Formats: sequence, C-alpha cells, structure tokens
Amino acid sequence: MKGYGGDVREPYLTVDRWLKSQEIEDLKRKSSDAESLFRRTGITFAVYGDGATTERLIPFDIIPRILSAAEWRRLAAGIEQRVRALNAFIYDIYHRQEIIRAGRIPEDLIVQNAAFLPEMMCVEPSRGIYAHIIGIDIVRTSENEFFVLEDNTRTPSGVSYMLENREAMMHMFPELFARNRVAAVEDYPDNLRLTLESVAPPGLDEEPTVAVLTPGIHNSAYFEHSFLADQMGVDLVEGQDLVVSDGELQMKTTQGMKRVDVLYRRVDDAFIDPLNFRRDSMLGVPGLFDVYRAGRLTLVNAPGAGIADDKSVYTYMPDIIEFYTGRAPILKNVPTYVCRKPDDLAYVLEHLPDLVVKQVHGSGGYGMLVGPTSTKDEIDMFRMLVKARPDRYIAQPTLALSTCPTLVEKGIAERHLDLRPFVLVGDRVRLTPGGLTRVALRDGSLVVNSSQGGGTKDTWVLQD
Amino acid sequence: MLGRTANDLFWMSRYIERAENIARLLEVGYRIALLPREGHGQDEEWQSTLRSAGSEQRYLEKYGTYDSTNVINFMLFAADNPSSVYSCLASARRNARAQRIALTREMWESLNSAWIDFSAQDPNKLRSNELPHLFDWIKQRSALFRGALLNTILRNDTFYLTQLGTFLERADNTARILDVKYYVLLPHNEFVGGEIDSVQWAAILRSVSAHRSYRWVYKSSYKPWRVADYLILNRQMPRSLRSCYQEIVPALDELAAFYGAARSGKENRCQALARETMNLLATGDMTTIFQSGLHEFLLDFIARNNRLANEISRAYHFTDEVAAC
Repeated sequence: MKGYGGDVREPYLTVDRWLKSQEIEDLKRKSSDAESLFRRTGITFAVYGDGATTERLIPFDIIPRILSAAEWRRLAAGIEQRVRALNAFIYDIYHRQEIIRAGRIPEDLIVQNAAFLPEMMCVEPSRGIYAHIIGIDIVRTSENEFFVLEDNTRTPSGVSYMLENREAMMHMFPELFARNRVAAVEDYPDNLRLTLESVAPPGLDEEPTVAVLTPGIHNSAYFEHSFLADQMGVDLVEGQDLVVSDGELQMKTTQGMKRVDVLYRRVDDAFIDPLNFRRDSMLGVPGLFDVYRAGRLTLVNAPGAGIADDKSVYTYMPDIIEFYTGRAPILKNVPTYVCRKPDDLAYVLEHLPDLVVKQVHGSGGYGMLVGPTSTKDEIDMFRMLVKARPDRYIAQPTLALSTCPTLVEKGIAERHLDLRPFVLVGDRVRLTPGGLTRVALRDGSLVVNSSQGGGTKDTWVLQD
Repeated sequence: MLGRTANDLFWMSRYIERAENIARLLEVGYRIALLPREGHGQDEEWQSTLRSAGSEQRYLEKYGTYDSTNVINFMLFAADNPSSVYSCLASARRNARAQRIALTREMWESLNSAWIDFSAQDPNKLRSNELPHLFDWIKQRSALFRGALLNTILRNDTFYLTQLGTFLERADNTARILDVKYYVLLPHNEFVGGEIDSVQWAAILRSVSAHRSYRWVYKSSYKPWRVADYLILNRQMPRSLRSCYQEIVPALDELAAFYGAARSGKENRCQALARETMNLLATGDMTTIFQSGLHEFLLDFIARNNRLANEISRAYHFTDEVAAC
C-alpha cells in the first residue's frame, strides 16, 4: 500500500482514511460475518485426508488490494502479449517446432518433458488455440516493478473466489464502492461463455452446446466448477453423464442423448480418456480424445497445453515472447537459476539460504524451500535433493514482495501478496480487471497458496 | 437437463419433505408420551411412529426395546438410520450440492444453513424440554426451503421435478400414517372407543398438522370416518392424498409439455398412471373404501405411488439402467 518513504500511495487514499475511521472490533465482526456468509453460500474447498471436516473455507481478508488504472493498463498489455505468445508457442511445439529449429530453446526441454503430449502432434484445435483460460501469477516488488512468477495454462482455479469476494465486499461495505470507482468483474462468466462458444468446432448447424466437466463433488475445486457452470447457464457433467457415440460426445439428458460441442474440462489430461491415457481413470470418457482429434469437439484447455506452464519452460519465456511477437516482453520473468545448467547449479548450492527453490513440476506451494525462513537442517536436506536430481529443481532470489494492510488477530498489519489475473483467449483476448489477490497470513511469510494457509482479498482496479 | 440432475432434484425434494414429516411424527409421539394414560401403552405409540417412518426393524435391531429417548435420538440424529432427520438432511444436501447449478442461491442457502445448524446439534446436550422447539425448527426450515423454491425457481423442468418429489413423498407419508393406525379409524371403533381413541384420532390429525383445520372443514368433533375422509379424499386439506395428486397430475402434464410431448399428442405411462390414481381419489367415497377395506385401499395406494415414482424415473432417464429400457 505504501510507497518509498512510507507515504500512502494515491490509489489507497480513500480506503486508508476509511480504515482509520473504523473500530478494529467492528472490522473483526464484519470479518466473521463474511466467513459465515461464505460458509452458508458453500464457498468451500475440500481438504483431502482430513477426516470429517472435508469442507474448508479459504480465509478472506476484508481490506481490498488496489491497483490504479495506469498500473493496470501496463499489466494488461503485458498479459495480453504473454498469452498470445504462449498460444503461438504451444501451436508451434505441436507442429513444426520452429523455435527448436531456430535454436532458441533446447530440444530435450520439450521432448523429455512429462508435460509434452506426443498424441497432440499435428492436431488442429479450433482457431489454433490451446490455452483458452490462463491464470498468470504476478508479484510486485516495488512501485514500478512487476514480475511474472508462473503461467498457469492447464486449469487455473480461483476465479470463483475473485467473483465471490467482490460480492461479499459490495454486500458488506457498499459505502466504499460509492467513494471509489472500481472496475466491475461480474461479466467474467459471460466472457467465459463467449470464449467457449467462439472456439466450438467450425461448421455446426446450431448454437454450440457447452458443458463443464467436473471430477465430482469430492474434488477440492468442486464449488468453482458448479459455480461457473451455473453462472454461464450450462450443464455441469461428470464422466458418467457422457458417452462417445457416432463419433460425437453425447450427454445423457432427461430427453435422451444430446451432443456436446465444447467441454470446459476440469479433469487433468491423464484422466480424460481411459482408452487413450490412464486406463484406470474413472473420471473420463472412453474415446473422448478420438472425438477431439477428429475435430468434432473442443476441449478447453487443450490436452498438452501444460507444456507452457512447466517451470523449466518458464525460464525461456522472455525468448519465447520475443520469438513469436517480435518484441521484448512487457512483463519480466523473475530471474531464475536452472539447476540442470552446471553454472546455475553451482550458484544455487552456494546461495541456498538466500534463494527460493522449487520443483520443476510442483505446484500448490508443496515441496519448496524458502531459504531465508528455513532452518539449517531444511537447507541441508534441499542441498542433497538438488545435488541428486538437479534437473528437477529451479531457484529464484527471494523477492521483496509488496504488502497490503490485512486484518489479523492483533489488528491491522502488513502482509505479503501476489496477484493472479484471469485471461480468456478465444475469438479475442478477454481480460477481467484485477484478478485474485492471494495473501500470506503469517507474519513475514511469502507463501500465499491456500493449501499452505494463505487467504484472499478483493482486488480493485480503479477507473480514471 | 441431465438424467442424473433430474434424479437428484427429485430426491432432494423428497428428502426435505421426509425430514419435515419425521419431525411431525416425533412431535406427536413426544406429546402422547407426556400424557397420563392407562391401558394403551407408550410402546405401541412409539412402535407406530417407527412403523410409519419405515424404521421399526432397524430400530429394534439396535435397541431391542422401545424407549422415548432412544426412539427420538434414533429418528433425529442416527446416521445409521436412513430415515432420520439427520440422514434426510444429509442426503438432501448431498443431492443439492451435486446439482447446485439447478438450484437458486436462495434454495441452496436455506438448505445448506439448515444442514450446518442441524449437524452442529449435540444429541447428548439436548434437553427433553427443548425438543418441541427443535421439531418446530425442522418444520420451519423445510417451509423456508419450499418458500425459497416457490419464490425463486424458474418454472421449467427443475420446478416440475421438485414438485413431483415433494408431493409423491407427502402422499406416501400420509398414506403410511393412516395405514399404521387404520384400525382406530374403522367404523366400529366409534362405539367401542373411548377417550383413548379420541386421543388417537387427534394424533393422526396432528401428525399431518390438520387438527385445527379439521374443525373448520367439518364443524364437528373428531369422527373416525371423517378423519379418514379428510386425509384421503378431501381436496382442501393440503396433505390429503387427493391434494397431493392434484399437484402431481399437472406437474407431470407440464413437464411433458415442457419437453414438447404435447405436440405429439401422446401421453406417457407416468401421466396415465397418475391420472388413473387421481380419478380413484376424485370419484371415491369413504363408505365404499371402508367396505372394501381401508387397509387394502391404503396398501394399494402406496404401491401405486411407488410405481409412479419408478415410471417417472424411467420416462426421464434418471439412471442408466432404466435409460436402456
């Protein structure tokens, strides 16, 4: 919230004044109101292996995170450039692989990669798009410095929290919205539907039928699946509701079978089709991938799109953007040491206490080392792990993440943040102002993942 | 709409209705347990409560003997009793959660809150004198859910399916309550019966919340054949078998019309079956029913009602198995 010298930055002025006029006890009461609102609405996520309490809330902080219109314009331009490059990259990887021929990225980075799906070679997805729904994790390190931490091109989640957080804020603090011109986020579901319809297989004789495929009510993101289907007004299906017949994907309805044209699937690649991928999958539909490959169904995101959110590919993103857009990246990558490169490995092993070490294929904040907050034993353990399999690890400097006032047990305190804007790519790029702000609730912590005790905030983009 | 969605919506509304009916049955049992009595034992009262709910067998296996606290706990909180209020609400919520997209926010929230609050109840801390309050609370939550449904839901297949679930379940419940106690309604009882029977008649009416409205309709004290008439054939009484079918028949017609069946002019099997049952109720009279046997009439009705549920499930592809037929 504050800039250099500790002055409150301009976008936060009204909220800062409002905060100072509030009693902490009132804010805490509002905060617990919000919690019971979320619980009653059922905005929960499942926690595995937790016995009876399998539905939990993600903590919601009532103090908004605010971006100015100018800050957002710059981010938006960078995000749009990035998602176009990501899609061009995936298309190229599954076709002529020009970027490898040009020597801009090493071949084994792709062909040896677990996220590379050889079955997708030469498949032509509708409009040539693979990653339709992308979440880009961004951190801020100073007033004018933003870095991209990660590109999520498989099934980024959290957009329902972005929408519900705004609902809750408008419900609890209408006065704040009267005093600030906050860009609306509520057209996301419409945009999602437009995007999905725009990538339907070409040549349909009627309006495309869209459905959302969920693994079921026990999935940790089930709430989001049903929320999005509901908001778009489309069916929420499970594998058991679908069959492949006559070369089409069909769903079992009260009136018999109905063709599905676009499937927004929230089931991982490996599980979508037991005939083509994991044979033990109960979540998918036998033959689904064959319908897709024949161009009679659009899968969103496309199978194999995950090649672009691999952490070792990430390190090449500046090259990738330049290669496909002909311009320098607007948003920077965090400087990253790739442990499979001997020089980088040597540096990483020297500087472990200052670095964040991540697994190349990890996610959710599991299996990572945050050097500055770790014990000597933890650091030693990671030294062994990295030495044993350097190709599995990357490392980044610990960044001075920006903070925002947050309501905690003892009152209001500064906590570290990141930002995940949600981008839709179809007939055009659609970007919702803001996104999901995640906040590390423990003092000094830099880990914002909800699986690691992180919370969320409403994210405001102010309008000029 | 997915066949699975239709199935879940139908059962969601059945379970909510069932939870409410269980609360009402328990309320009556609890009330009678408080009354001083001779001869007619409390055991019989709890036995008929459990029998109406279809839980007698399971209860006896678990406890062996009738006991107020055990019966009430078993019917309110037992997770191993599929007909307990707890199990009904859990099942209703599970169905609703699987089909949240078919529910309005108001419906989901009323059901989810009911579940959250009820599952937070600690049976061991509940005092006996708090029970009437809890029974009322359950009925209120069910009313709140129905109110939210009626006020917010689109009049499409979602609505018709929930109507069908509610009224099929209600008809089944009323018929079972009557069947368990049919003997106190038989005409000869008027002569042999004393105060006890009057209490029984009142209990039957209470278990369908009709003890006061009865007087408005019949303008006389409780008479067994009138109690039977009220619960079976009366078109004003909202829980009578006839009333239920007055909702079921149009819901089925509108559902078929919504799916465009009206254009083909063909009636499906569930419509025909519902209309046939409706005719029995609309043209029947209590004298004939008593002559041919009240118990037999009720058993036949319960069987018909079940058959209708199966026909609906088949007609609208609730599950794979019947979709293949």
